[in-house]
Order: sequence, then structure tokens, then C-alpha cells
Amino acid sequence: MEMPVPSALVISRKQQLVSRLREVLPHDAVISHISETRAYECDGLTAYRCPPLCAVLPANTAEVAAVLKICHEMNVPVVPRGSGTSLAGGALPTADCVILGVAKMNGVIETNYDDRYIRVQTGRTNLSVTGAVETNGFFYAPDPSSQLACAIAGNIAMNSGGAHCLKYGVTTNNLMGVTMVMMDGTVVEIGGAHLDAGGLDLLGVICGSEGQLGVVTEATLCILHKPEGARPVLMGYDNSEVAGQVVTDIIKAGVLPVAIEFMDRPCIEATEKFAQAGYPMCEALLIVEVEGSDAEIDAQLALIMDIARKHNPVELREAKSADEAARIWLGRKSAFGAMGQINDYMCLDGTIPVSELPFVLKRIGEMSKEFGLDVGNVFHAGDGNMHPLILFDANKEGDLELCEAMGAEILKLCVEVGGCLTGEHGVGIEKRDLMHVQFAPADLEAQMAVKDVFDPKWLLNPAKVFPLDASARRRVA
Amino acid sequence: MTPHSQTDLAQMIADAKGPLRIIGGGTRAIGRVIGETLDMSAMSGITLYEPGALTLVAKAGTSVAGIEETLAAQNQRLAFEPMDHRTLLGTEGTPTIGGVAAANVSGPRRIAVGAARDFMLGVRFVDGAGNIIKNGGRVMKNVTGYDLVKLMTGAYGTLGVLTEVSLKVLPAVETTLSLTLNGLDDAMAIKAMSAALSSPYEVTGVAHDPSTATTHFRFEGFAASVAYRAAELTKKLSAFGTAAEAQTDWTAIRDVHAFANNQGDVWRISVKPSDAAALTAKLGATAVQYDWGGGLIWALTPEGHDLRTAMGGTAGHATLIRGKGCGPTFHPEPAPIAAITAGLRAKFDPRNILNTGIMS
Repeated sequence: MEMPVPSALVISRKQQLVSRLREVLPHDAVISHISETRAYECDGLTAYRCPPLCAVLPANTAEVAAVLKICHEMNVPVVPRGSGTSLAGGALPTADCVILGVAKMNGVIETNYDDRYIRVQTGRTNLSVTGAVETNGFFYAPDPSSQLACAIAGNIAMNSGGAHCLKYGVTTNNLMGVTMVMMDGTVVEIGGAHLDAGGLDLLGVICGSEGQLGVVTEATLCILHKPEGARPVLMGYDNSEVAGQVVTDIIKAGVLPVAIEFMDRPCIEATEKFAQAGYPMCEALLIVEVEGSDAEIDAQLALIMDIARKHNPVELREAKSADEAARIWLGRKSAFGAMGQINDYMCLDGTIPVSELPFVLKRIGEMSKEFGLDVGNVFHAGDGNMHPLILFDANKEGDLELCEAMGAEILKLCVEVGGCLTGEHGVGIEKRDLMHVQFAPADLEAQMAVKDVFDPKWLLNPAKVFPLDASARRRVA
Repeated sequence: MTPHSQTDLAQMIADAKGPLRIIGGGTRAIGRVIGETLDMSAMSGITLYEPGALTLVAKAGTSVAGIEETLAAQNQRLAFEPMDHRTLLGTEGTPTIGGVAAANVSGPRRIAVGAARDFMLGVRFVDGAGNIIKNGGRVMKNVTGYDLVKLMTGAYGTLGVLTEVSLKVLPAVETTLSLTLNGLDDAMAIKAMSAALSSPYEVTGVAHDPSTATTHFRFEGFAASVAYRAAELTKKLSAFGTAAEAQTDWTAIRDVHAFANNQGDVWRISVKPSDAAALTAKLGATAVQYDWGGGLIWALTPEGHDLRTAMGGTAGHATLIRGKGCGPTFHPEPAPIAAITAGLRAKFDPRNILNTGIMS
């Protein structure tokens, strides 16, 4: 992975930078010794590592503004960091950067059940947002798999999704307002507790900008009352094409499940060994969950079971109790862990039109043979967000490169059939150099023009999202 | 000027000598726009519709009615329920999907499912320099690069001229049922609407008309579920009165028919629902109507006032939808936001020729 040459000038001024940062932050909030900065050398994409010049842990918006002002004046790149769970290298440092961690900012500022929002500091974890409101019967809908650890700051940066977005949408559909610090230290308020922000939809472009437009320190999030109940059904088919057709038929029938999850045989086998969820051995397994009142669930499941039966399932199992529901979800929830037991893996997240599912699965199977690497598929079928897990051996020379090459081919396939490179993990450094596959030069220019406005010096989260050749002129300037 | 293709349009914009006034069906004329008319209605047609993927792609000049008809044939719909402005504004013509996107037009169901911007999956557009640009795509989950789809939605053509949009669509519903409560004042009505929206009973419309003191609640879905939810909410709202089944005209609420034949300026105000009643009390309005559980206020006022003065420090914003008003059409922005807006305009429309003046 090519990264820009770090600035020798910035590195040579480390001591001056650290002492200026200590003037505006408590002593222990500035981390500069290599024994400690190493803790920030990578995120969830552990194949790439680079300790930052230093790291800061501000406690509030004013401290973030003070840090950014100093970095702006001294032309020091800044890499914002939530909980460091990015699978795309979204928080990978450069050797000349300051890591700005939001971990200390994890408070709840306001909850309002009448107007149905919560305002939090963005270092707060996704799950603990729901934790703050669930005793009142409410929840925060976006639920990325890493929700126990990942921070709202990172969710906003990557516009994170989750298993339930077919019904509830992703982060951008649940974000009402932010307090954001611009690279020069200016603090801006965008949106708020009212339903739609005025003027241009700046909130919409900030969400998903991978920390390149500003540092979001506080966020107003929609909260919803929990549904009365939810119930999953499990179905197995001996052919993934048929399973794909079942998904399409369910959607066409007018039912809107909250989740439709798909697992293929390699994944089923691995999870059975690991979690013994009692899944049938078959080519394709679907978990479909609906929610609402009992009446709502019964009506929806009756329709879904009818459709499922028409396609001759090898297994069809409706959860009759909370325990049975948990068992149906057990295998799906342990799928990633199970695959990790077998081997190192790389998890992709390209999205495809649902109608292309059978073709893409077939092609991935062929590629697996061509490259000689096993692939398991477990993903959100309702919205076409694939998660092929390519297994490789990190200790075997050349295996990582082979795996990356195969990953790139799969993502190109996703784009070819009308989809995209990433559905919820973000571009980061991982898919940066594939952006030319999806976008023409003018498309990338338009996106970079937005960054020019928010961060004219191109100091925020450098070397992410845009191919280095496309951004070269701007980064040098 | 009437472009027939994206290439045509790019050439026309690159060659333009002065400001261009972009219109689709010309039904939502707001603001003070100058320039030669750029008529997008010839770029029309649904280019892709996959009911099984809940996705529809259409050229910008495609009529909303045509799209709704195509969707209905597959038992699907535009869930955000775009408003038709013709009755309120006294305009003629055919509303287009490009206009819906450019103005981020939603209806009562916005409170439950999201606004037009939440259903926009992709755009193609030509910027003010004549560059052809695409962003997003036709899939539901897509975080590849910056989200210019949202930025273009609601930009009123000031950053580029939309040529094609991709939309997420949703299943239509089996049954619709409305309940009303009568006799509540504004503050109590908003409390009742908040109670409904804070329940698990999934109301898909909550509106209040002070002129008749009627509060409306809408349920949609499978018949058994609708009946159950309506009954449960009736119990929950018993402190506010007895909710009764009614034949609510949600189209009239969506399109603000009540103000159509009344003289005066019409304002659209976005606020926190719990601020709404106190705010309307100080607006000096002739009439108001609440949608989105109080989060959207439609206000009819005597001509020539600027409502922002009356709003004072209340968080939110007001847009002049009809009439002369005084002051800008859109709510003035704080200096740092105005600087970002100006910066984006300068990048996407360096000659300042696209719908000049509409958003100021």
C-alpha cells in the first residue's frame, strides 16, 4: 500500500508541536512517546501499521478546536479516530500526523423523548447510545456488527449501516445534527433537533466523508420506540439461485422484513463447527426477521412462509420462542468469529443489485478456484450488501497480496453488475486505489472540490478515499 | 433551451452567456430566479425499474404521476409521499421527479419513513461549468466516496442540473386507517402527536388543523395490524379525548389545500415539535397548519412580513413558499455556514449562472 512521503519538516518540528499542544490540553491528553503512540498505529485493518507523530485525547469541543487550530497553523496532518474499529484503514496514521482520538468525549448531553432525539458526544459507543434510552423503551437504529466498540464519530465518518437497515436506514438517515470543528478551528453547528436542516444538505455530505471535512464532536441522533416484538425464520435451500429468488419474491410481495441475512455452505460449515447452532447443511441459508405486534408478525410471517415453501426448502423453521429465535441468530452472529478460527480472512463489503446475487455468487466461486483461496459468503441479502470473506494465511509469503488481488477482482465485479465498492465499511486506504473503477475523473474532481471547501490545505485524514494520483496536486499544494 | 440528452445539456451550459433558470414542470416556482429558461422536461423516461430490488431510475424530466403509476402496477410507491405544489401555488404543468429531488419535496409520511433525500440512491448532473458528473448509484447501501447525492438533493439546482435520479421505493400498503381527536388546542395537540410518535404503534402521518381543532393520525399496513395499532393508540391517547375513525384527506394535508384560496404569504417552518405551539403563538399568522407531529408548520401571514424576526432565537428555519415576503426566500445562515455554502457554489457553479438567487 503506497502512502505519501511524510513531511520531514513536520517531523523535525515534533517537539515544538507537542509543547504547543500541551499548552491547550492537560498533560496526559498529549501522547508523544513511541512506546505509547504505538497503540494508535493501526485500526481494524491490521495489515497496515504506522505510529503517528503524536496522539491527543481532547475532552470537549473547545479542546478539539484548539488542537486543530495549532495543527492548521503548523501544517500538520490530523487523523481523527473514533474507537479504531475501521475495517478499511479509515484511521490509519501517517508518520507526520497527529491522531485526534475522541474516546474521552463519551457523554450524553441531552435526551428528549417527546421530540425523539438524543444528543451525545461522539466518542460514545453505538450500543451505549441505545443503552442510555432503552429503559424508556427507545433505541438507536443503526447497528453495525462492531456496535459494542465502535464510536458514533466513526459511524458518522463512515455512514455505518448494520443488519436492520432495510427498514431503518443507515447512519445518515438517523442523524439530525452535528457540532463540527473545521480544520482551522472554527466550530460550526449543522442541523439540530428540528427535522430537516436548512439550506444545502451539508449534514448529508459530512456523513460518510471519512473524517476528511471536519471533526464531529457532538451529534443529535434520532431515537425510536422499540417495536413490541420480533421473530426470525430460518430457511435452507440447496441452490443459491433459488435463495436469491426467495429474497426477491419476499420483497415483491409487499413485506418489509427488518433483516434478510444470507450464508453459503462454507460459512454454514464453519459456524456449525464453531457454534453448533443446528443449521442445516445446504448451499444457502436465509434468516428473515420481521417485527411489530404479534398481529403484524403473524401476518408477515404467513406470507413469507408461503413464499419460502413454494421454492422447496430443505429446511423451514419459525422461531416459536425467544430461545429458538436466539438459536437462529446464534450462527449468523458467530459467523465472522468462526471464519477467523479457520484462518486469517479479509472481509469485503461491496454492494450489488439484489437481482445479480446468483450471478455474483457463481463468479466468486469461480474466482475462488482461480486464485486458490477459499471464500465464505455471509451478508445482508435484502439490500445487496455482500460480505465475501476471503481466507488466507498471513504467515505465508505472498498470500496477503494474492488475497488483496482477489478482493479487488470481486469489487470490480460488484461495480460491473451495477453496484459499488463499499456498502458500509468505507473506502479508507483499502479501496482508495479502486475508486477509478467506479468513478470517472470528473466524478472524483467533484468530490475533491467539496474537500477543497471544507479543508483547503488537505490536512484532515490524508491519503484516504481518493487515489493518490488523483489527489496529488491538491496534497502538495 | 430544451436539452434532449446529457451531452446536449453539458454543451448548452458550457456555452451559456448568462444566468439560466432551470425548470422541470415549472410547478414549484419559488424564490426570485432570473435568466434564460432551461427546460428539462424533454429528458424524460424511466430507465430502470426492479421491483424485487426496490429500485427505480428515471430521467429528471419524468413526471411524478408517471412514476407513481408504474410503481402502483407493481404494488409499490414513493414512500416519502412528495407534495404536489400546484394547488397551493396556483401553478400549472406537470411535476417532475427532478423537481422533487432538487427541492427535496416530501409529504406527511416523512415523519415515519424519512424525506425525499433519504430515498435518493444516485444522481447524474451537469455542473455550472458543463462537467457531466455522477454520484451514488442504484443500490441501497453505498458509502463509496462522498455523498453528493444528498448535497444535490434540496440544492434547488444551484450546484448542478440534475439529469437522472435513482430512488429507493417501498411496497404499497394493504390498508390505511385514520383516527382523529377533536377539540385540542395547539399545545395539547402536539403533546398528543408526540405521544403517538413515541409509541410502538407506527403512525405514518400525524397532523393538526387548528381551524377545526382536529388532530389526525394515520396507520398503514396489513389489516389486522392496522386495527390492532389503532386500538392500542386509542387507549394510549385516552387522556386527550376519544379518538374516532375518520376519512382524513391526507392529500389535502400534504398539499396545504387550506391556504390555496386565501390571500397572503405562505411560509414553511421547520422546528423542534415541542417548540411549535409557542412559536406559532408569536408569529402573527392568519392561519397555521401542523404536519410531522408539529415539526413542520405551514403559516399563512399578511403580505410583506419576514417571519424570522418573530421566530427570534427558536432553533429551526423558515422558507417563503408563496408571496412577496420581505427579506430572503431561504433562512439566512450563520457566517461560517454561509461561507461553506458560498464556497461550494463557487466550486460547482463558478460563473454563478445556475438558478441564481433562488436560495438567497
